[in-house]
Parts: sequence; structure tokens; C-alpha cells
Amino acid sequence: MSARTYSPPYKRALGYTGLIVLAVLFIFPFVFSVVNSFKTTAQATNDAISLVPNPVSLAAWKQIFGVGPAAATTDFPRWLFNSVFVSVFITVGRIFLDSLAGYALARLRFPGRKMIFGFIIATLAVPSVVLLIPIFLVLKQFGIFNSYEGMILPMLADVTGIFLMRQFFLQVPDALEEAGRVDGANIWQIYWKLVLPVVRPGLIALTILSFQASWNQFQFFEVATISPKYFTLVTGLANIVGGGLSAGNQFPLKLGASVLTVLPMVILFVVLQKYFMRGATAGSVKG
Amino acid sequence: MASVPSDDPGGAPLAAGQYAAVPASLEERAEAVAGRAGTRRLARRSRVRRPRATGTLRKGEGFFGWLFVSPALVILVLFVVLPIFLALYVSFTNWSGLTPPLASSVKLVGLTNYKTLLTEPGLYQANFAESFRNVFYYVIFTVPLQTALALSLAVLVNNKFLKGRGFFRSAYYLPSVTSSIAITVIFIYLFQGAGVVNSIFHFFGWRQTPDWIYDQRGLFTLILSAFGVNSPSWGGHLVMGLSAWQWLAGPSLGMCVMIVMVSWTTAGTFMLFFLAALQQISEDIDEATEIDGATPWQRFRRVTVPLLRPTLVLVITLGFISTWQVFDQSFLLGPSNPTDITPGYLAYQVSFQDSAFGMGAAVAFLLFALIVVLTLLQRKFVKEDLTK
Repeated sequence: MSARTYSPPYKRALGYTGLIVLAVLFIFPFVFSVVNSFKTTAQATNDAISLVPNPVSLAAWKQIFGVGPAAATTDFPRWLFNSVFVSVFITVGRIFLDSLAGYALARLRFPGRKMIFGFIIATLAVPSVVLLIPIFLVLKQFGIFNSYEGMILPMLADVTGIFLMRQFFLQVPDALEEAGRVDGANIWQIYWKLVLPVVRPGLIALTILSFQASWNQFQFFEVATISPKYFTLVTGLANIVGGGLSAGNQFPLKLGASVLTVLPMVILFVVLQKYFMRGATAGSVKG
Repeated sequence: MASVPSDDPGGAPLAAGQYAAVPASLEERAEAVAGRAGTRRLARRSRVRRPRATGTLRKGEGFFGWLFVSPALVILVLFVVLPIFLALYVSFTNWSGLTPPLASSVKLVGLTNYKTLLTEPGLYQANFAESFRNVFYYVIFTVPLQTALALSLAVLVNNKFLKGRGFFRSAYYLPSVTSSIAITVIFIYLFQGAGVVNSIFHFFGWRQTPDWIYDQRGLFTLILSAFGVNSPSWGGHLVMGLSAWQWLAGPSLGMCVMIVMVSWTTAGTFMLFFLAALQQISEDIDEATEIDGATPWQRFRRVTVPLLRPTLVLVITLGFISTWQVFDQSFLLGPSNPTDITPGYLAYQVSFQDSAFGMGAAVAFLLFALIVVLTLLQRKFVKEDLTK
């Protein structure tokens, strides 16, 4: 054992202090959002820092859950449904299409494979923000602007997911497929029954990445839709704060809506932490 | 679409290291399956396989290969490749967004949109110049800040003599899993005039706090004017519709909020990149240098940082790629503070609010061109193989 095993108490105290101060900085914005969503608009505006709502007001949450006269201007229950609906479709689509493509690129040898691989790498060079207007043009041209199809179809496959799955398929031992071939299975059966169950960690990472990407998606849904009935929690929230549904100074409502948007991801994260962190470095960065 | 492109064709290089445990369990699994099929002998010889470069086609590989990649390929062609060419076409037209873009009423206007932005003095040019100035300061400040913060978090969390490391790591990573729109809404609240941040400043005796979200004053001009330096006579000289003094003003206070917010959000993700790399640095190296009498700072500066270099380059590269594209934050902050408007958002605003889609597409392509040029420059000067 080296001297490093013992670090002097003052150093440890310093380490903990740093860690705790930073943890407070990272967690408190969320705490303030929850607390202030239960204040009256007046208290949230004038007394932001107080951690005690006085009086406790449920006005914001009533509106969010569609109760009372104010709820007529917002439709959070529907936006929540849209978020779930669209995210589930996109996630299921990516699990199938990304893993199929990843499998072909990793394990099958077919004419044009190198070309396709090069092509997919090239599409990585296109910044997603540059695609905003173009994708609107295409949706408009195909007549699926402002529809669920238009929100879901363009997101059904993504390059990061294909690469992630390819990486996992590359690590599958030859013998597995060999065994299937000896038994007379065709390529689809080998993929579906033998190889896919083996790359479960990859599928879990892909599921989380896809769900997170579609749940938090803003820019694409913002240009793909215009009617409030197609808003997700994220686009609805953005339009209440800055867009067409601008709701003035209603901080409790905005913060409550933020909490509702963030909460499902936080719960998933707390339950599935290790899978989240494993997938995080696999090519997806938000910002 | 939400993911930032990684330069590395094989996925992030760290992923391979992180999944190092996979092959072992896969082999066991393969052995079990193969054993059931009565080919245990083959399983024992199993090796991790690379795609064959040569050899004959197995039965059906050509057919199934194309069948498997086609659905994803069709989506990428329809919603990435086709849009890019369509947008390039539209950037040479006066399309208003009302008809389909290929309708006959849409007129080709040549390079007019690009000329208006780059060479004709006017509102479009001034807005265009300001958006590039804004994003330039945003990138220059955000990338170092988020990288330094991520590295500090990683070093703190990596200390194995501290308890509760898992908790702290999760706490720092938490903002990364949440919606950027929700986070921006929360930060608008925290930084509003009578908000949490100003309340804290008031408590510590700073009374004249700015109204952060709306403040357009540049950081550099504020610092200079504190020393009594104000715009010199050449400061009013217009460069692309923006005065020289405005070009040099630095990020506005409103923009500073955005920089802090995004660094706060992304630091957790990049922390994980550094943590993965730190955990691979052998303890022997650390101990050897300690016995040599190096101080902790020397150890960090001379041993840890050089060993982290590939990760550092990766994190900075990913940082640049995502910061040039900033959109979500600008969407919420830009309408109330022009110094928060970035080219990504300007392209949207010009297209969807002014119905000048040709002009908007031109803004987007000029941003694209800038990103491509800067990426090539970086490749030339930082010779680092990110795939290793």
C-alpha cells in the first residue's frame, strides 16, 4: 500500500466541499422549479428565492392537468400524450431499422457495402441545424407537414444508432452464426433468433438514446408542425414561453410545465442510471 | 437528428473500451447456443470476427444485405440528402413557403440572397453579421468553459477515497438527460430581474444587479468602461452593418447567461468521457511520479493531462460541432435579446417569420460552409487520429 491510501483530513474535507457545492449547483435549479410551480404568480415573481410557497397555490398544476377556465388556452394532457406516442414510435422504429442496418454493415458482405458505409459517414457531416429549413421543404413537398407521419418518419433511423449497433455486432463471435448456418437457418433467422438476443446491452443503450432524443427533441418538431394539437410537451412549452401561445409572466405555469417535461426523463435516469451513462459517450451530445 | 455527429466512423472511441466486458459474455452465450446446436467444437474456436474483406458470397448475403440496410437508407436519403439539395436550390429562389417549393410560381433569383447577406448594406446584412458575431463569442467562451468544468468534475469524482461518488456523478450528469427547452425556461426564471441569482447577489451586497436576460451590453465594453475606456473614434466604423466597437464588444450579459447555462448542461456528458479515460490511466504511473516527489499539480499537469490528450481533442471537437449549431436556447432568448440570436435561429426566423425561405436557406448554407472550413482547418492543425 502506498502513501496515497491516506489523504490528509483537510484534503478530504476540501474534496467533499467541492463535490457538495457543485452538486447543489447542479440540483438546485430543479428544486427551485418544483417549489416555485406551487407558488402564486405574485410570490414566484417577487420572492423567487424562498423555498416555501406561501400560500401553496395549485393554480399552475390545475391548468397543466386541464382543470379550470385557464386550461382552455393550453392542452398539456394532449401534449403529454403526443410526447409519449411519438417517442414510442420513433424508439421502436430505431431499434428495428438501426439494428438491421448495423447488422448488415457489420456481418454481411454484399456488393455496395463499402459505398453505403461511406455514404452514411458522409451524412454525419451535415449539421442538424442546417437541415431545419430543408426538412420543412421536403415535408411540405410530400404533403406530410403538420402530421404525426411527418414527425415520426424522418426520425425512424439515425446514423449514431446504426454505428452503435454495428459496433456491438462486430463483437459477436463467428461461431454463433456458424452454428445457425449448420442448422440450416437463413440470414434473417440467424439475425433475429441468434444474434439479436446476444447484443441486448446495445439494444438497451439504443432504446435509451432514441427515447431521450425524441422526448427532448425540439428543433425538428418545431419546424415539422404548426397546430397546437401536434405539439409535444417540449414544443408546447417553447410556444408558451416564446412563441404563439406566449403566456406573459406566468412563472408557476412555465416552471410546472418544465417540471412535467423533465420529470419522466429524470425518473427513467434514476432507474436506469448505468445504461444511461454507458450510452452517453456513444456519440450523442446535447447542447 | 438530435445527436451530434461524431467524427469517428466507428462510434465514439471510448465506447469500445466501455463495452470491453461484452465479448466475454457474448462468447459464453455463443457457446451455450452453439452447444445446444451440437457444434461445441466450433464455439471453442470462436474468435471476435471482422467483416471479411475477400472471399465468396454466402448464400443470400447480397439479398439480405440490401434488404437490411434499405429501410434506414431510404430514410437517410429522403430526409437528409434530398433536403440538402432541395435547400440549395431554394437558396437561389424567392420561395415564400406557401406553395410547394418546386411549384412553377417560385422564381430563380441567382445569387441575390447571398449577395444581400454578404455585400448589400441593410437590415438583412446587419442581422446576419450580428448573428455570426454572437455565435462566435458563444463558441469561443462555451467550449473552454464546458471542457474545463467537465475535466474538473471528472477529476473530483475520480478520487476513489471519497464516498458517494456514484451519487455525485449522477447529480452532475442529471442536466444532460433533460430537455434543453425546459432548462432554458428554468434559467430564464433564475436570471430574471428579481430572480434567484439576483436575490443571492443582493444578499451579498451587490445592489445594482443587471437584468441579465435582456442585457445587451458586451462583457468587454463593460470591463473597459469600468476603467474609463469608451468607444474611440474608429469604433463607429461600420463593418458589414455592425460598428467596429460592436464587433469587439464581447458576449453580451444575456449571452453570458446562455454560455453558463449550456456549459452547466453539457459538462456532465463530457465528464463521462474524461472519467472513462482517467480510469484507464494506470495507478503505477501515478505512484511512480508521486515517489519521484512530484506535487499533485505537477502530476496533473505533466502526467494526467498529456495522457488525456486524445480525450481532450475529442471533447473539444464535439464541443465545437455542437456549439456552432446552437438553436434551442436562441429560440427562447433571441426574441427578447438580439445579442442572443445565432445563425441557426436567424435562418429559422427569416424563413418562418419573414417568409423569406430563400434567404433563410442561404443563411443556413453560409453557416454550413463556415463549419466545414473550420473543421478542415482543425484537421490540418490538430493531427490527432480520433479513431484510435
